[in-house]
Amino acid sequence: MQGPHEKSCAFAHFISWFTTIIGRVFISLFVPAITFLVLWKVFLFLRDSDAPQSIIVLVAILWGVGGVAMLFVISNWLVEQLPGNWGRRLQPFVFIGPAVVIMGWYLTIPVFRTLVLSFKDPLGQDWVGKGWAIFNNYKFAFTDRIMLETFRNNFLWMVLGTALSVGVGLLIAVLADRSQFESIYKAIIFMPMAISFVGAGVIWKFVYTYRGEGVGIHEIGILNAIVLALGGKSQPWLSLPPWNNLFLIIIMAWLQTGFAMVVISSAIKGVPFELLEAARIDGATEVQAFFKITIPYIKGTLITVTTTIIIFSLKLFDIVRVMTGGNNGTNVIANEFYLQRFTYGNTGRASAIAIVLLLAVIPVIINNLREFNKNRRAF
Amino acid sequence: MAAGKKSQKKKSALIINGVLILICGIWLLPTVGVFITSFRDSQDIFNSGWWAVFPHKEDINIGEIILDDAVDVNGKIPVEGINASFEELREGITLPDGRKLTWIGNKRSRKIIISERQWVGFANNLSIDNYKDVITGKEITFTDSAGNEILRKGNNLGGAFLNSIAVAVPATIIPILIAAFAAFGFSWLKFPGRDLFFTMIIAMLVVPLQISLIPILQDYTKLQLNGTFLGIWLAHTGFGLPLATYLLFNYISSLPRELLEAAYIDGATNFTILVRLILPLSVPALASFAIFQFLWVWNDYLVSLVFLGEKSRVITYALASIVGEKGQDWHLLTSGAFVSMLLPMAVFFMLQRYFVRGMLAGSVKG
Amino acid sequence: MSKIYKLLVIGLVLSFVLMACQPATPAEEPAPVEEATAEEAPEEPAAVDPLPQGQELANAFDGLYEGTVVTMAGPFTDADAVKFDNSIVPFEEATGIDIQYEGSKEFEASITIRVDGGDAPDIVDFPQPGLLSTMVAKGQVIDLNTVIDNDWMAKNYIQSWLDMGTMQGPDGPIMAGVWGRANGKSLVFYPKAEFDTAGYTVPETWDELMALTELIAADGDTPWCIGIESGAATGWAMTDWMEDVILRTTSLENYDKWVAGELLFNSPEVKKALSYVTAIWFNDAYVYGGQASIPTTFFGDAPTPMFDSPPKCWLHRQGNFITSFFPEGKVAGVDYDFFYLPPIDEQYGKPVLGAGDIYAMFNDRPEVRAVIQYFSTADSVKGWVEAGGAISPHNDSELDWYADSVTRGVAEIILNADSFRFDASDLMPGAVGAGTFWKYMTDYVSGSIDEDTALQQIDESWPTE
Repeated sequence: MQGPHEKSCAFAHFISWFTTIIGRVFISLFVPAITFLVLWKVFLFLRDSDAPQSIIVLVAILWGVGGVAMLFVISNWLVEQLPGNWGRRLQPFVFIGPAVVIMGWYLTIPVFRTLVLSFKDPLGQDWVGKGWAIFNNYKFAFTDRIMLETFRNNFLWMVLGTALSVGVGLLIAVLADRSQFESIYKAIIFMPMAISFVGAGVIWKFVYTYRGEGVGIHEIGILNAIVLALGGKSQPWLSLPPWNNLFLIIIMAWLQTGFAMVVISSAIKGVPFELLEAARIDGATEVQAFFKITIPYIKGTLITVTTTIIIFSLKLFDIVRVMTGGNNGTNVIANEFYLQRFTYGNTGRASAIAIVLLLAVIPVIINNLREFNKNRRAF
Repeated sequence: MAAGKKSQKKKSALIINGVLILICGIWLLPTVGVFITSFRDSQDIFNSGWWAVFPHKEDINIGEIILDDAVDVNGKIPVEGINASFEELREGITLPDGRKLTWIGNKRSRKIIISERQWVGFANNLSIDNYKDVITGKEITFTDSAGNEILRKGNNLGGAFLNSIAVAVPATIIPILIAAFAAFGFSWLKFPGRDLFFTMIIAMLVVPLQISLIPILQDYTKLQLNGTFLGIWLAHTGFGLPLATYLLFNYISSLPRELLEAAYIDGATNFTILVRLILPLSVPALASFAIFQFLWVWNDYLVSLVFLGEKSRVITYALASIVGEKGQDWHLLTSGAFVSMLLPMAVFFMLQRYFVRGMLAGSVKG
Repeated sequence: MSKIYKLLVIGLVLSFVLMACQPATPAEEPAPVEEATAEEAPEEPAAVDPLPQGQELANAFDGLYEGTVVTMAGPFTDADAVKFDNSIVPFEEATGIDIQYEGSKEFEASITIRVDGGDAPDIVDFPQPGLLSTMVAKGQVIDLNTVIDNDWMAKNYIQSWLDMGTMQGPDGPIMAGVWGRANGKSLVFYPKAEFDTAGYTVPETWDELMALTELIAADGDTPWCIGIESGAATGWAMTDWMEDVILRTTSLENYDKWVAGELLFNSPEVKKALSYVTAIWFNDAYVYGGQASIPTTFFGDAPTPMFDSPPKCWLHRQGNFITSFFPEGKVAGVDYDFFYLPPIDEQYGKPVLGAGDIYAMFNDRPEVRAVIQYFSTADSVKGWVEAGGAISPHNDSELDWYADSVTRGVAEIILNADSFRFDASDLMPGAVGAGTFWKYMTDYVSGSIDEDTALQQIDESWPTE
């Protein structure tokens, strides 16, 4: 390569130009190839190696996180190598591509499979005749006594559970923002989130448990103890319909308020101080400043949090499963789905229930899209 | 005037703290109860409420009376100067001098206990045995065919802890990374199909992950991803992505447009804007989602059971196998819940310092 | 800039040449070990004489499958898992087959997912046959008629067990599994020492049982300890009671019809049986804590007050497995004992209600065949029997294996039962047996719905095909 002759200068230029293009193409292929090869080798190492656990764990973490980061860097780099407008056109897909592909694989395709299964027989095995019979599972989902009960309960969960979680979360986020002990308060409200559902179940059993009446029976649940100390009669809280739903919803609020609080709090931190100061200088009280400045500013976050918790309350089943098993009028859609799918083996029915759950959230999605389009100011 | 404002401020601070303390008290009460329970003996847990560990007044036995056979237990029973029926005695009768008579057992026992209300101090039978049992794994003893006592050490919680970390850390960071790119794309880039894909993502929020487990397992079986860390990271990524994208989208799309405009004018590419500008600005949102994703992965049982299995058991699996199948070993459940809570709480405190005011200070024009 | 590219091109070309010379790494790498053995093994000559259970078990003891792995899944965790593991150790040592057992708390969900997902363990232990029958109907289970010698099965199990192990597959009935462990349920436990001191006597008939109940109540105690809370499975303890009483108040034919869905819940027979149960359950003077406490009391905690001194309740009807929930240090035959739940109507004899664990096979490999053949012998459960907590359903088990008088007594009752019936809720379709039957009975006991609604709703939930 060194010292090209003058005569062959033009030729050399051509070679040079040619190899540059080829070089780009080769590098475009080679770099990802090397990357994938390295990732694959490490994957094999992780899968088959007998190295000490701590080393495997360390390599795994580095490999997983680094691998994903590298994939982004390289695919972006590749797209930027493309000539002209192609880079601009393709780049958004590099950004959203992995998310869409993974979600498609893990969630969207299974949803379509579920849709197909929901039109089969209750077991989800064979096709049922012609005509309206394919809606039999939906007929079940909308007419069965237990299903109707779950609709009522899920509505309760959605309204009360969301209101409680978001309301208290907002209250704490706003108040704690003005207190010097903010982190302590927030840690306390957050703590339930760190507890597993099984742990939460135990915790609340010690609140609601009922031992019955009789000589020598001591209540070990704090709620009954308080009621007894106030001169009342102990109650089997979780088998008293419809109130037992409320007691279960309180558990959800206890668990989820931490979520609402953390997200809202991080939004409140984003409210520009100058705006608040300006409002105060204009003579607004704290309450006025809150409603005029803070609330509009964090409105998007409030909608997000509310949406998330509504959806969470629709999907929720662990609390019900652990605390009451869905008995005494406390069943919810997701618990019935779980029972039909895994305990009764009714895949078809369960699929229809899951689809109904998806349908239930359509209004929420539409509302969100409207908000989304309102802020649409993309480049 | 100024002084009035100051006292006003003090007053409102007092109210604010008062309300917060009240709410936090309610929030803490169930947890405190269980925290105390986790130190109690497994039998005590069922015999008295957890508040019994605090000083309180209790009936202390100071003597007993055995009625002789001549006494008719079905009529009024003369005892300690009063006449009372069996039922009354069973409920307990307080004598004028403050002593209390309580019939113990049924009519055949003929036993009455005399007690006095006395103060009982802090319970002294609290111990860390439950925690020892959980951490080392409960020891199980039984007799084998030769009549020997066999003792088997429980499971390796330390290893499970490591595995949980190996699962949870990448399963937290990977979805955040992917979601941050996607959220940026959805908020600030124009491309065909944007609405469609975004609708899909919000719709996926409500999909119960249970419907995906079987199809994904079928794919994993073909790809030989079963039991690998990669498999479970991808699974948690897939299940966590909708919320991650949604939350980050909400945050990133609300960043001031002027900021990005300026960067584009300076000739920055999308990628550099995202990495140099958007990500640092989104730290509060990233941190808050990181916490939740970490918690969900950490506390997950079913997904790791299906995709990771026994080979690399995670902490929820290890704890679940300590506590018997049908048994409600509440003393172990309570202490186990606290052991597995330690790391998530540490992560919370670690990330909490990113929730600070003024990340955007100075970057906003009025 | 362009120089670098040139250099790179050369390097690239070279490396591609090199790479092309290497074998393609990823695709061929993981050669599944299991499939290889599956293909080879059947061709192996039958070097050893077959055992009565089958050829593979003999091969296994001859060491032909040494180093192979058989995976198992089931609901045992904690102490049960250890006892199970220990009871198969002699087999593992003798054959060199490694049986890897994985127990989980969300057993139902995880096993459904793994089987449907094509990742089934080799052998699965089902504590209730209902879920297994769903899988048999989908054609996912291997027919054991082709695996274990039929004569041996007929010899080593009583007919009831074989009937219950026969399930309807897509191509007709198959032998879905072998019974590895049994439970007897028609038992009433009582605190023996205190019971004797108080001068109570063990009842032989239902009338005597009710008289004893009345007597204990008159003495000022609540006679019965009852609790049916069991998380997502709350209610099963109630259904066990009902089944026991139905066996005692109507014919076996009716019981079988009831299990098959031909006798309605809302029928005089079932209602009559229910009235016997509620006569005890709904009388607050008879139940410790009163009726309202029954659905909120964990079934494992229910007998605990029986061991208070003096006892707060005296009678507890439950299966033999309940002894592992008794407080530590209580000695069978001294601190507690049991009696057979007395018959109500003489013409129906002394029926026994039971349940058990059925082991089904999902992958057909020689070593798996060997293991399942082994589970059809009492040796497989011997260690567990001796450790306590299990009863062997096998005819080749021996009574003197049992560690204490109580389990031995239960085993005797099961082995000698003139009529043995399986837990009805386990045999009914899952939606009823593990669903509405439990649920509505719990609701009924809690008082949130009445008897007619409860029974009617169960009938309505019966699958219609």
